[in-house]
Amino acid sequence: MLYRETGQFKTSYAADQQIFPLRQDRIGVVATLLVAFIVVPLVANEYWLEAILIPFLVFSLAALGLNILTGYAGQLSLGTAAFMAVGAFGAYNFELRLEWMPILGSFALGGVCAAFVGILFGLPSLRIKGFYLAVATLAAQFFVVWALTHFNWFSNYSASGVITAQRIEIFGFYFLTGQSKYLLVLAIVTLLALAAKNMVRSETGRAWMAVRDFDVAAAVIGIPVMRTKLLAFAVSSFYCGVAGALYAYAYLGTVEPDGFNLDLSFRILFMIIIGGVGSILGSFLGAAFIVLFPILLNRFAEPFANAIGIDLPSGMSSNLELIIFGGLIIFFLAVEPLGLARLWQVAKEKLRLWPFPH
Amino acid sequence: MEQVRNIGEPILVVENVSLAFGGVKALQDVSFDVCEHEVRAIIGPNGAGKSSMLNVVNGVYHPQQGHVTFKGVRRQDMNSHEAASMGIARTFQNIALFRGMTVLDNIMTGRALKMKTNFLQQALWWGPARRDEMQNRHKVEEVIDFLEIQHIRKTPVGRLPYGLQKRVELARALAAEPEVLLLDEPMAGMNLEEKQDMCRYVLDVNDQFGTTIVLIEHDMGVVMDISDRVVVLDYGQKIADGTPDVVRADKKVIDAYLGVTH
Repeated sequence: MLYRETGQFKTSYAADQQIFPLRQDRIGVVATLLVAFIVVPLVANEYWLEAILIPFLVFSLAALGLNILTGYAGQLSLGTAAFMAVGAFGAYNFELRLEWMPILGSFALGGVCAAFVGILFGLPSLRIKGFYLAVATLAAQFFVVWALTHFNWFSNYSASGVITAQRIEIFGFYFLTGQSKYLLVLAIVTLLALAAKNMVRSETGRAWMAVRDFDVAAAVIGIPVMRTKLLAFAVSSFYCGVAGALYAYAYLGTVEPDGFNLDLSFRILFMIIIGGVGSILGSFLGAAFIVLFPILLNRFAEPFANAIGIDLPSGMSSNLELIIFGGLIIFFLAVEPLGLARLWQVAKEKLRLWPFPH
Repeated sequence: MEQVRNIGEPILVVENVSLAFGGVKALQDVSFDVCEHEVRAIIGPNGAGKSSMLNVVNGVYHPQQGHVTFKGVRRQDMNSHEAASMGIARTFQNIALFRGMTVLDNIMTGRALKMKTNFLQQALWWGPARRDEMQNRHKVEEVIDFLEIQHIRKTPVGRLPYGLQKRVELARALAAEPEVLLLDEPMAGMNLEEKQDMCRYVLDVNDQFGTTIVLIEHDMGVVMDISDRVVVLDYGQKIADGTPDVVRADKKVIDAYLGVTH
């Protein structure tokens, strides 16, 4: 009953094509942002901010990047972590070598470096598709990690390639507490998510989806297929690169190339599969699920097992996590390939009619 | 609204085109022309090379020999993007819509070449990108009105019945404001009413926008009714060319369609 467009008449194309055409959605988004920007920093403690909310936001951004490439433009990629690594090490080097460089500039330039690497490894997509392309991006994954470890220049000649991120400082203000870092990451992620939403609802996004759905038809109506694919690689890698920089600067503090391994790429791929392929919201839902789920499992698996009289061996919960993740991914691929975002959409469609059946 | 149709000079000339895939000769030395504002049909039995011919014209296939002249530009090889930017649009035999997108978004992709803003402006949305989007939306709405598909504007194309999908595909091609429209079996698989509707739309496009139409169709009733001139292909070769009456009476055409005893 509450979720209905009844009475909301659009009298211009501008009103019809605004970012959230339904009033209820607009209220929902504004409320979420208010909670995220004002309520959360006030009530959440350092542990929640530093160990849960910041990684959630960082992974959301990386998942958003992968979703642009895989979900919207239809190019399967297994190199997400590599592009994050380029972003992190890029930002580190800009910050290290150019004293006048503001930190946000370093993040952005780290993203730009990742975009160029993305374009380079996106070149095979002009000739190959699907699984074969995934293998080409896998090459990016191994090559980037190898290059960052092998050439010490990238990590300023530190032992084993570990880098310690510089402190984040903007106009003399140091982001040292979890609260301030959280707000910085939140602001960056919000802006980039809005930009992504704008891109996917305008010509750029339509071109990506057209290439994904039917590349020959896209070419025939005048969409430049090659440029569209490479742009998807560039934008996607930029997002992943910025996510990588935030991963190093706002979340971990110290990172090494091996931290950006294939496992991380897979984790982000799982996020978009569970959250929803081809959905901005899905990137956030998937990241929330994958970040929060192990924590909930850790907290509740043992009490639950004790309650029903089973003695869980220690370390069992991490195995349980893998088992349940595996099961869920198969479940989503088989039953709801469009993920949590699709479930949410179905719920909204049901809510339009509720409590009536038709 | 009825305008006087004045058929002009040849806008599209196909000269001696040959196309082979390995040993299979899809087209052999085919020549014909299409005049401005006319409705030109290509017919022939299955496998005669009709769709290959359209694919050559809009640059999906590259012929080994021969030339295609469009609007005075003569070339052997055309790529799809060039063809589209010179004003050739088409529909496909098997529906080639973007299934993950709504009807509106599908038709908006037809405006791809008219969009002036780049992805950074679009990421900001406000300003030029928004204006661009609104202007093109306006054009798209005209096409939507013309083809009477207002009610399904926001429906994902995958959910539509076949006949409507065909109409959306026509809408996407029309949104590009083409000078030549290539239609690959626009009436295939339709019932009588849908065929009549589609014929009316094709003729209206030709009348009101002056669009030149090249059409492949198997329904002889439709072809003979709506086209000005007909090319007949059989085994990759042109066997007849002329007005419907001439083609209908041609001995070779009758043999190709009905078979001949040797």
